Amino acid sequence: MAGVSKTLEIRTSPHILSGYSVDTIMFNVVLALLPVTAFAVYAFGLPALLTLTVATVSCLATEELATRVAGKASALGDWSAAITGLLYGLTLPPGLPLWMVAVGGIVSVGLGKTLFGGLGANPFNPALVGRAFLQAAFPVSMTSWTPAFGAERFYTLPASTLTAPLTKPSYHDALSGATPLARWKFDGQLTEVSDLAFGAIPGSTGETGALLILLGGVYLVARNMMSWRIPVAILATVACTSGILYWLDPNAYPSPLFMLFSGGLMLGAVFMATDMVSSPMTNAGCVVYGALIGLLVVVIRLWGGMPEGVMYAILLGNAVTPHIDNLIRPTIYGARPAEEMS
Amino acid sequence: MLASGLRLLGLKSFRHGIHPPEAKDETSGLAIRQFPFAPLLVVPLQQHLGKPSLPIVREGERVVRGQRIARPDGMMSVSMHAPASGTVRRVALAPAISGRMVPAVYLEPQPGSTQEVAEGAPCTVEASADEIVAAIQDAGVVGLGGAAFPTHVKLKVPEDKHVDTLIINGAECEPYLTTDHRVMLEQREDVFTGIRYLLKVSGAERVILAVEANKTDAAEHLEKGLPTDLPADVEVLRVKYPQGAEKMLIRALLGREVPSGGLPLDVHALCVNVATSAEIGRLLPHGRGIQERVVTVTGPAVKNKGNYRIPIGTPLRFLLDHVGVSADVTRVFLGGPMMGAAASSLDISLTKGISGVVAFGETEAERTHSRIHPCIRCGYCVDACPMFLDPSQLGALARNEEHDRMAAEYHLMDCFECGCCTYVCPSHIPLVQHFRVAKAAVRKAQAH
Repeated sequence: MAGVSKTLEIRTSPHILSGYSVDTIMFNVVLALLPVTAFAVYAFGLPALLTLTVATVSCLATEELATRVAGKASALGDWSAAITGLLYGLTLPPGLPLWMVAVGGIVSVGLGKTLFGGLGANPFNPALVGRAFLQAAFPVSMTSWTPAFGAERFYTLPASTLTAPLTKPSYHDALSGATPLARWKFDGQLTEVSDLAFGAIPGSTGETGALLILLGGVYLVARNMMSWRIPVAILATVACTSGILYWLDPNAYPSPLFMLFSGGLMLGAVFMATDMVSSPMTNAGCVVYGALIGLLVVVIRLWGGMPEGVMYAILLGNAVTPHIDNLIRPTIYGARPAEEMS
Repeated sequence: MLASGLRLLGLKSFRHGIHPPEAKDETSGLAIRQFPFAPLLVVPLQQHLGKPSLPIVREGERVVRGQRIARPDGMMSVSMHAPASGTVRRVALAPAISGRMVPAVYLEPQPGSTQEVAEGAPCTVEASADEIVAAIQDAGVVGLGGAAFPTHVKLKVPEDKHVDTLIINGAECEPYLTTDHRVMLEQREDVFTGIRYLLKVSGAERVILAVEANKTDAAEHLEKGLPTDLPADVEVLRVKYPQGAEKMLIRALLGREVPSGGLPLDVHALCVNVATSAEIGRLLPHGRGIQERVVTVTGPAVKNKGNYRIPIGTPLRFLLDHVGVSADVTRVFLGGPMMGAAASSLDISLTKGISGVVAFGETEAERTHSRIHPCIRCGYCVDACPMFLDPSQLGALARNEEHDRMAAEYHLMDCFECGCCTYVCPSHIPLVQHFRVAKAAVRKAQAH
């Protein structure tokens, strides 16, 4: 019989691990984003493809540069910067000047993530930090929309896309279309829910494929890589709150279905609010966090100055996350006195 | 399929926990086999939690298998018995699992001896509770599930406490291990006899034999043989780690939670491992002591996997040589993969608390060498911790060595090191190791 001839290693228990790793989780999020990304390119054509590419590349480049400056090992392999890049790109108007896309990407990862310490340290969803920066810096460009399914979308670019850096883009009226939320808010016109669900509307590159977003979410939940409680809490709160309002006065308020399927709600609820780093740890905390975001979405959309409020709702939710985690902690086993138990 | 699924859903369990691969199939069907004697047995005199036993044999003395070779040093100590007939070669220090040196008896088995086991004065179930407790201490019985806590100490119910339920723990939730499974199948009557002693001592009104659903054959076997006069039931529990931890078992079976810092006695429960019960039932009627135990020797790097009855004091090197290990053996640990300790040396020997010897090859060992990432706050650990602690936050505090805060605000001392948090962590942070270090620091600070 063979004896032990090798030097054995001594390590502490446990001696087995689940096999889940940060890399695999993040990579699966990227996979889950691919259907909606493909749809974005299909619906908006070349400008969407360029926007998404520049967004992703600028995020990856910023991450790589930051780790090199800090003297750390490259972090591209953990896929988190790729998620940020893709998500950030999916929140942008398809015709946004590419130089602005790049600036926002640098801000996303640079300001939103590496400045706080990199992976795991960002208090806010980095993609939304980049988008919020652009919203504040370039409000006109960020609300100039290209219609979906334009006949020449695969081989022509809107004039705005290739605007020289640091110059103001010009928009042709023919190309600009208002999003369903803007049409409702400013013109009082409602869009058919079926158009919303299937993406036959103008909007950010990734916000119009509502059903494909849900598909990605279902995949991640099935693989235990996403808290289902967050999107469910957000969507349920939006549906209930707007449902009550609609029931009170159907002329003044849009229907809950319109609220659910318009704007960035699906993308935000499924892929943005669920960012593990910037959302609460406990299941109960996730429900509170989701409900808060849902409520803020309704309040901003219906009574705020802007047609869309998902981004700010999630950023505010992120800001409250540490407090939720402080307030809602699991009750430890055996915390209750013995008399109660027996 | 649906029916069995629904039945499984109805099974009792605790909340949280994990589902590691069970890896029991290779040994669960193998009957217990007797292991040969090593040329030299090294019997450490501290195999239990507590004070080392005091040797009562001298170098050169001839002993008979089963003869007492060390006596308990006070209450928190037990007797030790000769694992073989032979000659005491030395009474000197020997390495323990932890790497520390402990007093030990070096015993050379006598070739050609019949190796018949010496018997002492029997202790029957009719004896008084005090006599039974003394007999259990004398037989050197400790918790065979792994903790090696002296059983007689556990059984002494203080005047002001009362036990209503005795739980016989056959959960065996650690992956790879199948000793309790085999004991339940092969030593049913010993288990029942042991229960009679335990009932008498604890004063419990009823008994629950807890078995996980991956051992339904054992559960059925016990159920069929239950003596009608025993107030006992067999309860099948859902397969989940760490189901076999006392606190989890009590929660699952009785719906009670042992108060933080308290004992099962505080909620009128007493848990005894099924192999411990079997050993009490096997030894006491004959006045014998523990000189061997059932061990699952398994793992991808082991050639002749199996459940063996191995003499206490068998050196690990001899044990592995006998079963054969593959050339790429990289890690050997004692106990299960979740809580077992890696062998610090091949010169350590088998003690009463070791229920399994598992050997991993390079591939399996490699899987735990993953790169450590920062915490991404995924919350997996929070969902896994059976004590409902916040391992993520505790881990962050451990980095800054904020041990006092960990204990005062985050209930560090309630962690029993089951390893669930480390198992699920996608960032591969060695959380439970941080907690071991922190707990030791807190205990040290408290002692000063």
